[in-house]
Parts: sequence; structure tokens; C-alpha cells
Amino acid sequence: MLEIALKGSKRYYGWIAFLLVLIAIGSMAWLDQIVNGLKITGMGRDVSWGFYISQFTYLVGLAASGVMIVLPNYFHNYKPNKHMVIFGEFMAIAACIMCLLFIVVDIGQPTRMLNVILHATPNSILFWDMIVLNGYLGLNLLVGWVCLQADRARLPHPKWLKPFIYTSIIWAFSIHTVTAFLYQGLPGRHYWLTAILAARFLASAFCSGPAILLLVMMATEKFTTFKMPRKAVTTLVKIIMYAMCVNMFFFGLEVFTAFYSNMPGHMHPLVYLFAGYHGHTELVGLMWTFIALAAVSITLLVTPKLRNNLKLLPWTLGILVIATWIDKGLGLLIGGFNPTPFHTITPYWPTAKELLVSMMVYAIGALVVTILFKIATGVKEELGQSQAMACGCSTEDECDCTHGCVCTEECTCKEA
Amino acid sequence: MKNNRRSFIKLAGIAAAGLAIAPKAMAAAMGGSAPIKEDPKGITAKQWAMVIDTTRLNTAQGIEKLAKVCHSVHNVPFIEGKQEVKWLWPDIYEHSFTEQENPYLADAVKKRQYALLCNHCQNPPCVRVCPTKATYKRPDGIVDMDYHRCIGCRYCMAGCPYGSRSFNWGEPRDHLDLAALNKEYPTRMRGVVEKCNFCVERLAVGKLPACVEASNGAIHFGDLNDPNSEVRAVLRERFTIRRKPSAGTEPSVYYII
Ligand code: SF4
Ligand code: SF4
Repeated sequence: MLEIALKGSKRYYGWIAFLLVLIAIGSMAWLDQIVNGLKITGMGRDVSWGFYISQFTYLVGLAASGVMIVLPNYFHNYKPNKHMVIFGEFMAIAACIMCLLFIVVDIGQPTRMLNVILHATPNSILFWDMIVLNGYLGLNLLVGWVCLQADRARLPHPKWLKPFIYTSIIWAFSIHTVTAFLYQGLPGRHYWLTAILAARFLASAFCSGPAILLLVMMATEKFTTFKMPRKAVTTLVKIIMYAMCVNMFFFGLEVFTAFYSNMPGHMHPLVYLFAGYHGHTELVGLMWTFIALAAVSITLLVTPKLRNNLKLLPWTLGILVIATWIDKGLGLLIGGFNPTPFHTITPYWPTAKELLVSMMVYAIGALVVTILFKIATGVKEELGQSQAMACGCSTEDECDCTHGCVCTEECTCKEA
Repeated sequence: MKNNRRSFIKLAGIAAAGLAIAPKAMAAAMGGSAPIKEDPKGITAKQWAMVIDTTRLNTAQGIEKLAKVCHSVHNVPFIEGKQEVKWLWPDIYEHSFTEQENPYLADAVKKRQYALLCNHCQNPPCVRVCPTKATYKRPDGIVDMDYHRCIGCRYCMAGCPYGSRSFNWGEPRDHLDLAALNKEYPTRMRGVVEKCNFCVERLAVGKLPACVEASNGAIHFGDLNDPNSEVRAVLRERFTIRRKPSAGTEPSVYYII
């Protein structure tokens, strides 16, 4: 099937060339880091993890989120998702690869990475995170590839694959739980030391992940003949809505527990993030932006009219992604390290080089997504599954476009 | 033919089992210890511990002096700013004993500086989280590091509730006076974590930790498990506190207030 990825339009190759340029630019910064060490980053003795690890955390959520398409399809036999499953799995592959790369660029002695296996230490959560992430990557590669190949040959999916599919669905929950355990089991970091962290991670993953996936799919629709079934989209948006509400509810629980109990350790990180502490107010603006954008996205999602407005949807999702990213891709990490063990504040901000290295990893992820989605949409096109019709509907949308109508938000053909 | 193959498989199995057992048998023959000759002068304990008398050691200069000794003995690079590396350093009461603050603290206690270092916790979270056992607990209670195994993931730094650990963000040798190195102790490479090691290399040859030796008796050092040790005698007599008792780490560094 790989040959599908090689046959493409000028625009396709142009995009790939663009990504390669980004990767090349970023890898210069990475080379600099290899030569000079992590001193080129903004990290330090007090904030000893930074942008890399927080991106890793955010992307584990993206990897886990594909399950929100896969699970309804296999556990609830929700068939409108049938042709979307492959994209959820392929997105998970790209996300896992980015996660692993963010770990590689973060560690001080990458050449010794195999020590995690050679000197396996099961009492370290990092050991388990390595297992679950690589396992999830492997499962999705296997399931995605075998299913797509079977589809292409117009054969049913092989029976032996079933156990792997079910395992991968459960596994998706484990990757984000284990990633949360990485944080929530540390005795001195109050912002992380909370039983609800894993649940909050999952909730935020299940809104932000599908949102990113939908945005990427909308872009894919622009350049291919693929068209998402409308039902699949509306269901996914509903899932996003509930997950975002749960996410913010869990955040509210944190705030209540911290401030009603008046426990200094629990309050201080929140105070630092949202009001400033010891005269340090670096993150206050950003954190309130997160709250404001979260409120806007929830409003747009819970109002049926606005939620079902497909023109508005990319904006709604974009706002949601930014909100969750500020919360989990930035605030979570900095709030965990501040106040420091000495009750002082050490501000952290990534350096330009750190951002360039991160850009490299994101561009590699985008490249993987591009190639995998090219293959998947190519196969769907060959099979004529879930294709765009002249009226704007998908072939899966129970719309027989014999009326020459234009369907915008709902299929209007039948009424016509 | 069939027979042959079976006996070959058997033989291979025995050989493999032998290979697996051999190192253990060899280790058993050597008394279970590594083939390193121990110095007969070396001193040992069940749980090394330190008691710092803050009525005697309480100025920034006094502690800096000890830090200088420690850092030169261990070739600790001098770097300014947030990427600094330090094993022993002074800080004020509020920073040292968070959660044990008191707005009306006695003037004397408030004015003091406190010597901070790794607590060699009996329940060390840094050891719990390290994915390679590069940070490990020795039988004598010291939490030591293998700089050659550390992958620089810095999980131990996130895990330590006391901010005792430093990472070599850049090349540490650029910040050392190479002419004045202590040849008895290695320098580190970039990308690994380091921290106070209770001078394991000195204990092994019968010397007390460098800071203890230089403290004129303001730092007591001994075996916490031995009721007759110096530290136990001091702990019986004087009022002491430890840093962040609520973290459940059981620090082995005590402070006389
Ligand atoms: S003080 Fe920190 S580095 Fe030292 S043993 Fe305890 S947890 Fe580990
Ligand atoms: S930085 Fe080194 S010592 Fe610390 S947890 Fe990672 S491997 Fe272990």
C-alpha cells in the first residue's frame, strides 16, 4: 500500500517538502543541543522538565483519543464510525511517534536510552510508560495496517485481529493513566499529587484529541475526495462536548478541594498560576485565557444550534484545542514545579531553540500523518467509501442526490 | 537422526542452564560480593545519618566554607544562575523548613542559615522513580548514583521533595579548574544528575565526610541504627527537626534547633 503515498499531486509534494524544510531547520537546533547539551533550553535546577515533557504529555492524550472513534465502532457497533476508524488509529501512530521523540530530545544521555530496558526497573513509572507507549504504537500499526490491507483487497478483517483490537481499546486508557501516574505519585509536587489527575488527563484527552483529529480531517477533506459521514462528525462533537465539560468539572473539583480545605500546599500552585505568587505573575494572563477560551468553547458546544453549525465548528474546536493546550501543555508542568521545594518561584519559559526542536518533532508528526492519511484516503477512494458527493454530503450519508440540491448542515435532498 | 537431534537439544538446554547459573555460582564462591578488595580501614553502618547543630553552624559564610570543601573534593562545577550544580548550600529557615513555619519564630532561629544537602532518605522517592537504578540505595543507607548509567531523564529531580539534585545541563568540565581537580574522584559528563553522596568514597577508606571533618564538630555523623553511636547520643539529648516530615521520606539528616 505504501506506493499510494508516492503518487501525489504537486501540492502534496510541496507540502511534504515544506515539512522537510521545517524538520531540517529544527534539526539544526537539535544538533546544537546534542553538541552543547540541554543548557540551550530554558530549564534549570528548579524547573527541570519543560516544554518537551509537557508536549509529550499533551500528545499522549492525542494518541489515546483515537479510541473515541474506535470504541463506539467495536463495542457499540456504531457503524457511522466505520470509515473513520483507520484515521483514529493512524493519528495514534503519529502521536506515539511524537511522544517518543519528545522523550528522546528531553533526556540528557540519549545514547544510553536502552538502559531503561537493559536495567529494567519496574518500580519506576517511566519504565511502564515506555512499555505502554511502545505497545500502543505497535498495536495501532498492526491493527491499522492489517485492516486497511484487508479493506483494499475487499476481504473481511481477519478474525485473529479481534483480540488485538479489543486490547488496543483498553490499552488506550492505560497509556494516559500511566502518564498521569508519572506525575501524580510524587510526594513533593502538590499540583500533581491528586488522585483525579489521571481522570482529568483522560477527560482532557478525550476532548482535545478528537478535536485535533476532526480539524485534521477537515483539512484532509479539502485536498482529497474523502468526506466524513455527517453522523460520525456530530457524534464525535457530542463526545468532545461531554469530555470538555467533564474536564472542566474535574478542574473545578481541584479548585474546591484546594481552597475550601485551605491547605497551603494545594493552594499555592493555583495561586501562582492564576493570581501570581511572591510577585511572579508570568502565567496569570495565559491561565485566564485558558479559562476564558474553555468557557467560550463549552458555550459553543452545548448550544445545539452552534454545535451543529459546521461553519463554526473548526473555530469551536480550535478554541478548545488552545484552551486545553494552555492547561495541560504548559500550566500543568510549570505549576507542578512552582512553588519550588523551597517555596520560591523560578519562572520558566522555553527558549527559541527549545521551540525549534519541538517544531522539528511536530513536523515529523505532521509528515507521518500526511503519509498515513494519504494512504488511507487513497484506499477509501479506490473503494468508493465515504466519498464526497456534489451536494456536499458523504456517500455514507443516506442522501441520494438526484435532486441537484445543495446540502449544507443537514441532508435536504429527501425533503426536496 | 531424530535421536541425535533430541540429544543435541538436551545438551543445548543444559549448556544454557549452565550459562545462566554460572555467574551466580561464581558469585556464591566469592562470598556474594563484587570482586573489589575492601579497604580494611573502611567504616560501615546500617544507616548513616547526620545531625547538624544549627546553634553552631548557622552563617552563610560558615556553610559556604564547607560547601567549598565538598565541591572541590567532588569536582562539582561552579555555574551561576538557574542551571547551577550544588551538593551543599545555605538557605534561610522559611526555604529550608517549609510547612514548619511560624510567624513569630524566635529571632535567633529566624536569623540563622541552614546547611542543606541530600537527606539520604530511608524511603527515597528519587530511587523509587529512577528507571535505570542509576540512583540506588546502598546497604549502609546512603543514596548513591552511578553517573555512567544515568540517562538524564531527570525524573529523580521531579521526585525529590527537597530540591537536592542538580543536572549537568552543559559540559561540567568547562566550569572546573582542571589544574585543581581532585584526582581521587571522577568528574561528570554532561547530561547526568548529581548530588551529595555522604562521601561514600571517603567512608570506604575510613575517613569521615569532608563537611563533617571541616565543621569543627558542628556536624555529627554516625550510624542511626546503633544506639551507642554519636548521632544517637546527640539525638537523645537535643531537640531536632527534619525537613518536610509529611513527605514520608524519613530523612537521615537532622537539625538541632
Ligand atoms: S533528599 Fe532527595 S535526592 Fe536525597 S535521598 Fe531524599 S529524595 Fe533522594
Ligand atoms: S536522571 Fe539519571 S538518576 Fe535521575 S531518574 Fe533519570 S536515570 Fe535515574
